[in-house]
Amino acid sequence: MSSEESAAASRLEGRDAAVRMRGISKSFDGVRVLTDVDFEVRRGEVHALAGGNGAGKSTLMKILQGVYSLDAGEIEIDGQPVQLSSIQDARAAGIGMVFQEFSLVPTLTVAQNISLGVEPLGRAGLIRDREAVRQARAVFAEMEVDVDPRAVVGDLGTAYWQLTEIAKALSQQARVLIMDEPTASLAKHEADALFELVGRLTQRGISVIYISHRMEEVYRIADRITILRDGRRLLTKPLTEVSPEEIVQGIVGKEIEGQMSYLQRNAYGDVGEPVLELRDVTAGPRVQGISFQVARGEIVGLAGLMGSGRTELARVLFGIDPIRSGSIVVRGVELRLQGPQDAIRAGIALIPEDRRAQGLILDHSVRENLTLPLLGRMRRGPLLDDRKGRALARGLIERFRVKVADPDRPVRRLSGGNQQKVVIAKWLGTDPQILVMDEPTAGVDIGTKNEILAAIRSLADQGMAVLMISSEYPELLAVSDRVVVLRDGRVHRQMDRAEIPDENHLQLVVQGA
Amino acid sequence: MSTTTGPGPGPTETSAPEVGARSLTGLLRGLDWRRYIIYIGFVVVFMVFAVTLGDRGFVSSNNLLNIFRQAATISIIAVGVTFVISCAEIDLSVGSVAGLASVCTAMAISNWGIVAGILAGLAVGVVVGAINGTLVSMLNIPSFLVTLGMLGMAAGVAQWITGSAPQPILDDTYNLIFGGGNFGPVPGLLVWMALFVALGTVVLAKTRFGRQVLATGGNRIAAEFSGVRTRRIKFQVMLLSAVVASVAGMLYAGRLESGRFQWGAGDELSAIAAVILGGTSLFGGYGTVIGTLFGSLMISLINNGLILAGLETSQQQVVRGAIIILAVALGRRK
Ligand SMILES: Nc1ncnc2c1ncn2[C@@H]1O[C@H](COP(=O)(O)OP(=O)(O)OP(=O)(O)O)[C@@H](O)[C@H]1O
Ligand SMILES: [Mg+2]
Repeated sequence: MSSEESAAASRLEGRDAAVRMRGISKSFDGVRVLTDVDFEVRRGEVHALAGGNGAGKSTLMKILQGVYSLDAGEIEIDGQPVQLSSIQDARAAGIGMVFQEFSLVPTLTVAQNISLGVEPLGRAGLIRDREAVRQARAVFAEMEVDVDPRAVVGDLGTAYWQLTEIAKALSQQARVLIMDEPTASLAKHEADALFELVGRLTQRGISVIYISHRMEEVYRIADRITILRDGRRLLTKPLTEVSPEEIVQGIVGKEIEGQMSYLQRNAYGDVGEPVLELRDVTAGPRVQGISFQVARGEIVGLAGLMGSGRTELARVLFGIDPIRSGSIVVRGVELRLQGPQDAIRAGIALIPEDRRAQGLILDHSVRENLTLPLLGRMRRGPLLDDRKGRALARGLIERFRVKVADPDRPVRRLSGGNQQKVVIAKWLGTDPQILVMDEPTAGVDIGTKNEILAAIRSLADQGMAVLMISSEYPELLAVSDRVVVLRDGRVHRQMDRAEIPDENHLQLVVQGA
Repeated sequence: MSTTTGPGPGPTETSAPEVGARSLTGLLRGLDWRRYIIYIGFVVVFMVFAVTLGDRGFVSSNNLLNIFRQAATISIIAVGVTFVISCAEIDLSVGSVAGLASVCTAMAISNWGIVAGILAGLAVGVVVGAINGTLVSMLNIPSFLVTLGMLGMAAGVAQWITGSAPQPILDDTYNLIFGGGNFGPVPGLLVWMALFVALGTVVLAKTRFGRQVLATGGNRIAAEFSGVRTRRIKFQVMLLSAVVASVAGMLYAGRLESGRFQWGAGDELSAIAAVILGGTSLFGGYGTVIGTLFGSLMISLINNGLILAGLETSQQQVVRGAIIILAVALGRRK
């Protein structure tokens, strides 16, 4: 191969290509999304695919899965040219996918999902359920993970969904696994387990294509990286030969200074009275007597393990789940929240954690999504003034640099990161005084993440009270003036930012030190 | 059409073609014909009938007026159903609500006069709609089941209180206003239809309520998270549908100068067919009232043409069913 790859990690040397894509181009409605992209993955390699939001990563992978047709270019798998015109074709060629939006049937068991469409049949053509369970068990044993094949998928957590997806792909003899942001909804120890599994899979010659916006993960598990920018391949290099700065610059297109470092802000902290005050808030098993305050202009980070009650607390604050006892006080007035509309009236906004299910109406246009909470501002008499709506949407798109060709297009067609920007823009458009965010940077690229964090800081500087839930300690520490750690539905610790020397310290506290 | 709301159907994922910047073919391909299938289909069917049935008086102004007149009540009912389906619910009780309203109006008119009659008809819609709405939005019972039950109950009550006998309406003013007479040269029924279609279009496409109906139908959770009171929206939509159906029932009563429990029977299926033909998504989130109007006209057009062609009732049913399936299949959204 070319000289830039001559020093590829030794374990890859001499391996054949499992997948080779050459000169791939693709347009949607006349808009170029991929231009002449070359992409190659060797057997047993973990190949990271990186790039900004909308760079074309998911599109390239959907071509490899047979979801989209290609306009130009060719694909070889194990040296054989292939035509992938359907998901079935790709599957037969050994391409497996761990979907970002899971493709499992929640009402079926793990084993039933794994054998879906390829069920083992008995003599009378009836499904042999026991055989299906046995097969599933064998795959899990190979993966060295412990999952009960008889459990109903809907009852399991996301980590198990993912394992089931992987088992499903492996049981269909996949030799190349595509993982599109697989850790987005995993807790730290679950992600660790996934990385170990990926290691074991590559030992057996399975290749993994890994899409992630998290740099540490890429360095941890990938052998090589390909960076796309604006639909073109920028570089392919072994990770041993590329610095994090180079990657960031490749993705963002410019250097970012001071990224992810805490900026001492002129916080209003303990000046004046708190904007938001929680007094012994209790609701359900995971919100057990939580008390803390957020002052005007303050950013409070909410840390905790999965299941510690962070999301549940956010739901209560936004009036989605009812409060059982205790009180939520905004500027000295106790709130009686019947639903989100009451919270909105009190100046609270929630950026929910699941953009597809809670944040967006995927089939509606970007403009309609952005203006949904703002309909009251678009009124002219009893009617809606669409010109005002259009202007509002345009303003928000510009302010948050959403990459969208036409605001009247369905949100579904935006890249994942740009969808997230729409959710954020939608809520900041309401000019809330209290902003609650649940994993606001999930799926956004490094450049955008910095922009979002900067935006949060500047909103706080203007006096907004911010409560931010995040499982990414670097970003939590980058913006929080104070960190509240939840454990089992209770406040475990409250710390000023200055008391936290680094991420490791925070992690120890979260885990219960 | 500026009356459509929500997104148009996109190209299917595997077939997005590369389109030259501004070429004519590009423009043609960009124009999404599936979205306009009902209008195209309407014109095509109309032309076919005009050519083949021209000598049997298909294009005579009298016959054309007839097509409209026959579409009127269905299209009014279908306007209400458009809201329900856009909100990802269904209302199967509209036909029997119309029947019950016609009966109650007729009985109230003969006992207490015209005003009482109108109020009684509307009250039927309000009461049934409130019951449907409460069961659907508060108790979370699927609207399919609630309104299936209501379909039987409303029809049963109408038959019961009248002892299955027709209730004549002798009040000429009522009959004149509610569908029996003309406003100038225009049949009153058409005026009612135009009124409801215009109102429905504006409300669905141009008001906050309409936008919230579409949002609730598109993704109820996201709408709720955006501050839409989705329970209330579901309630209002069921209420609206029943009230609109009760007005349709009063129009039946006026045109036929009597109230009868059979009026409107089976209209729920025609109305739902008209709504879906018109392009409203059966899964909610997208709706068009103008499309619904053309859906009703299309059904009426087909009925009329098949009768003129001399087909027997049994044959008409087969052909009508096939045309509806074909149209829906062609206009299918991804
Ligand atoms: N079905 C589609 N129709 C039209 N445009 C599309 C479609 N799918 C993707 N696009 C456009 O193609 C571009 C690339 O999208 P893609 O999803 O591949 O980006 P990505 O690199 O995966 O970004 P992210 O990191 O945000 O997930 C985007 O501008 C997007 O709007
Ligand atoms: Mg993507």
